[in-house]
Amino acid sequence: MASFLQLLVSGLATGAIYALVAVGFSLLWQTSQTINFAQGEFVMVPAFFVLVAMHTLGLPFWLAAIVGIATAALVLGVLFKRIIVDQMLRHGVLPLVVSTIALSLFMREAVKDFYSAQAQPFPSLVADRDITLFGVVFSAQSLALLVVAVAIVAALHIFLQHTRFGRMMQATAQNPTVARILGIDVERMILTTFLVNAVLCAIASILISPIYLAKFTNGETLGLAAFVAAIIGGFNQARGAMAGGILLGVLDNLCAAYMSAQYRSAVPLILLVLFILFRPQGLMGRVEERTV
Amino acid sequence: MVSLSQIAARRGVLGGIVLAGALAVSSLSARAADDTVFIPNVVELSGAGAVSGTNWRDGITLAVEEINAAGGILGKKLNVPHLDTQSDASIARAQVQKVMDDKPYVILGPVFSGSVLVTMALAQQNEIAEIVGGEAAAITQRGNAFVFRTSFGQQFSMPKIANYIRDGLKAKSVAVLWVNNDFGKGGRDNFTKEMQARDIKVVADISTESGQVDFAADVVKLKAANADAVFVYTNEEESARFLKEARKQSLKGALIGETTLLSQKVIELAGEAANGVRGHVGLSSDAPVPALATFAEKFKKRFNYANDHNGIKGYVAVYAIKHVTEKIGKFDSKAFAEALHGMTITPDKTPGILMEATWDKNGDIDRASFLGEVVAGKQKIVEVLPKLNK
Amino acid sequence: MSLARILGLLAVLIAVGLLIAAPTMLRSYGVYLLALWSVTTIAALGLNLTLGYAGQISLAQGAFVGIGAYTVALATAAGIPYFVAFLGAGLITFAIGWCLGYPALRVQHHFLAFVTLAFSTLVFLVLRNEQWLTNGIYGINDIARPKVFGLSTNRNPDFYYFALGMLALFAGLQWWMLRSPWGRAFVAIRENPLRAASLGIDVRRYTLMAFAIGSAYGGFAGALYAPLVQFIEPNSFQLTYSLKLLLIVLVGGAGYFIGPFFGAMIEILLPEWLRFTQGYYLLIYATLVVILMAVCPKGLVGAVALIAERRRKPPGRAPGPGGTLDPGGATPGPTGAASASHSR
Repeated sequence: MASFLQLLVSGLATGAIYALVAVGFSLLWQTSQTINFAQGEFVMVPAFFVLVAMHTLGLPFWLAAIVGIATAALVLGVLFKRIIVDQMLRHGVLPLVVSTIALSLFMREAVKDFYSAQAQPFPSLVADRDITLFGVVFSAQSLALLVVAVAIVAALHIFLQHTRFGRMMQATAQNPTVARILGIDVERMILTTFLVNAVLCAIASILISPIYLAKFTNGETLGLAAFVAAIIGGFNQARGAMAGGILLGVLDNLCAAYMSAQYRSAVPLILLVLFILFRPQGLMGRVEERTV
Repeated sequence: MVSLSQIAARRGVLGGIVLAGALAVSSLSARAADDTVFIPNVVELSGAGAVSGTNWRDGITLAVEEINAAGGILGKKLNVPHLDTQSDASIARAQVQKVMDDKPYVILGPVFSGSVLVTMALAQQNEIAEIVGGEAAAITQRGNAFVFRTSFGQQFSMPKIANYIRDGLKAKSVAVLWVNNDFGKGGRDNFTKEMQARDIKVVADISTESGQVDFAADVVKLKAANADAVFVYTNEEESARFLKEARKQSLKGALIGETTLLSQKVIELAGEAANGVRGHVGLSSDAPVPALATFAEKFKKRFNYANDHNGIKGYVAVYAIKHVTEKIGKFDSKAFAEALHGMTITPDKTPGILMEATWDKNGDIDRASFLGEVVAGKQKIVEVLPKLNK
Repeated sequence: MSLARILGLLAVLIAVGLLIAAPTMLRSYGVYLLALWSVTTIAALGLNLTLGYAGQISLAQGAFVGIGAYTVALATAAGIPYFVAFLGAGLITFAIGWCLGYPALRVQHHFLAFVTLAFSTLVFLVLRNEQWLTNGIYGINDIARPKVFGLSTNRNPDFYYFALGMLALFAGLQWWMLRSPWGRAFVAIRENPLRAASLGIDVRRYTLMAFAIGSAYGGFAGALYAPLVQFIEPNSFQLTYSLKLLLIVLVGGAGYFIGPFFGAMIEILLPEWLRFTQGYYLLIYATLVVILMAVCPKGLVGAVALIAERRRKPPGRAPGPGGTLDPGGATPGPTGAASASHSR
């Protein structure tokens, strides 16, 4: 039982990260039909912004973290939207998919060539301590990670559901044409989602890098996990992406412990296929009208 | 249908131009000038193998710069271009094919065992020696007289660990935790074989993914297995994450590793959790050999990061070429391969070899290694294991 | 008009002539690369059918190449003649493609992309973990090259001619297919699925067919890949390879018959052309792809066709009955169709 609890808590911490990344992913999808294949790299890169701010500019960690988040908002939010998404969206989904694939390659190679191919140690927000509760050992780091991630998604949820601005964003996400007719500044709403996504990714980056270590390959598994979590949870709901991420993290651990470690990465994918076949709207998604 | 053929026409013209350009470019590869010797390095510079590959490349670059600054080999400067395999066997093969067209003296790389296996057949056909970084046992077991290693194959390092587990630890049961790629799987297979030969029971056999972050499930399984010793065979970051989790869940049983687990990088990343780890140390800058420490300093100064064993492997490979060539007195690829078999190179003759090394008839390398333990955040060498065939 | 046709034929003949004469002009390396290009182009032709003509994103073309490669490697090692194994590779991938597409195409749009994404990772895991069958992570070495009409293909030029012949065969097959009533149905579906359905075309069945045939092309390409490289390992056929093929098709120009030829050429030869940039060629490649997609989302061939069209016709004139190759962009292309079905 203690080991089960242990697995559950570890899985929750990993899942919370997937959730953070998946929420941003599904927000982009909703407002602008952007399937961002570089989402994993969006999490990998901000850690290097922070490292550059610390080591090149000599800033203290907390300031460097703020600089990192701000840079991410500018580069991965505004510039990404203006330079890449806006150019391609009018041509449809495919050119954008290809561009984000190329972008992910670009980001990986750039970090490798201009920073380092080696994993870099990254300062932690919380002291590296273990806490024992009910016979289960928690690391302070993963607890903090869990708390922060849940808090952020909850805040985002409240923002989307209970503020005027948030509801306008939702309206944009659900039907841009109608939103425009209703007088909502759709452009601004879409830009905001890109900013929100970039900030979420940057926060995830700062949370995980002490554990993952900053490395140019970090985005590969993370991006895929976010993608799967978003679909399982229901592509059109931020709440669903959260649930999907956490489900994924917990399942991964339970499967590795009680089923097959060699096939641990298969479980979420099989789950994904089952969802597509039997519950295509996802865990919490709305039913979309069928196309074709 | 009219517009169709017209467009086809324009595309055809474009096709012709592009193709002609392609042909012209690919036939124009530069020939090496006469006062240099062509030693291409074909290695993983992007993709999954990039970390090992860039280390290997930088080790080579360091040695080449030193040798060229000192006048080269037999009066000729070394011309060592680096070609990227993208960590893909088909491209590795293409790149080796390419350098073969320019008559290389010796080929360096690759590091990935799969790419080594596919390229060494070409080396054999063209009778050009290939000095590789791969550690899979199979490489030197195929009777290829042109392939040479720069570090222990797994068939040599695993018996040393196995003996230590039997004689040093007197363990009756072990668990093995390995990373599921060709490096980890090869190590795990050789290790299991050695355990069976020594009648030590393998009570848990746990595969992990490369890049894995959460080791909670693996440690839970290891606790259930309750083995006398746990053999850990993963890359640096994963080793560190595992050690932290093992400490967290207070896993019992000795933690045993091969080179990586005791490396300075893992100790730095895992902190206190690395204390008490024991195992075999093959090639590492942490070994108590002054030449290795000096090399590590030079490397750090030149490239601004700390090397791993791949950096040493690349560096040593170039100096081995220098030594053998000066011995045979000419640039003859076939004679080079013949001469390196059975040759012993000592650091007093060629300091760049760092540690005395002997190559056997299969192209395997033999040199001294160490048993170590991590004490208070430092690697401490407990015993020096002499060369196998002294 | 007929002059253009003659010119076109001439250009194609020149290109074919150059390809045939290539081994006399190139050294061993160049010939190997061209053989790799032929094989990659076959796989990309298949994906182009799925993506460019049927408008479905498949992220498993690399996995199908892998299945084809393993089928041939294992079968020939077991003593089965190469060409039997070759056909088997195509049949197996066709069947798998059908089984995979059937449920995915039943539900919502774009779900084929997700299902194939999952599938390609599962294929990698099976190839890696089921060592009894596939030799696991170690891969399969020393794959024999086939004898064609009793002639050995052990030398690179010989294998190149074999691969080139196969490329011609599969390209010809697709050319014919696209001009058959079948192919016209594909195009009709892509241009306007609703109208196609109202005309009595079973949209789902044709889409499924396009996907299954496209997958089989991947299988055939794999059947050529294995003896070309003579070594296969699970890593080669991961998701990254599928993404690479997707890039090839879109860079070349999705929905254009000759798009894949150019896409594959860029992908395989660009590192060669950019060698002077040292290690930065991937960065440059990625940048070029983004720029191309921004400037001309229809890919290289699309760009050329667009320029040609602008020069030939005064602006504003309605596009001719070119159907599939309509370059003007007035009718929604494959990309347009995909996006159209997405805006709710």
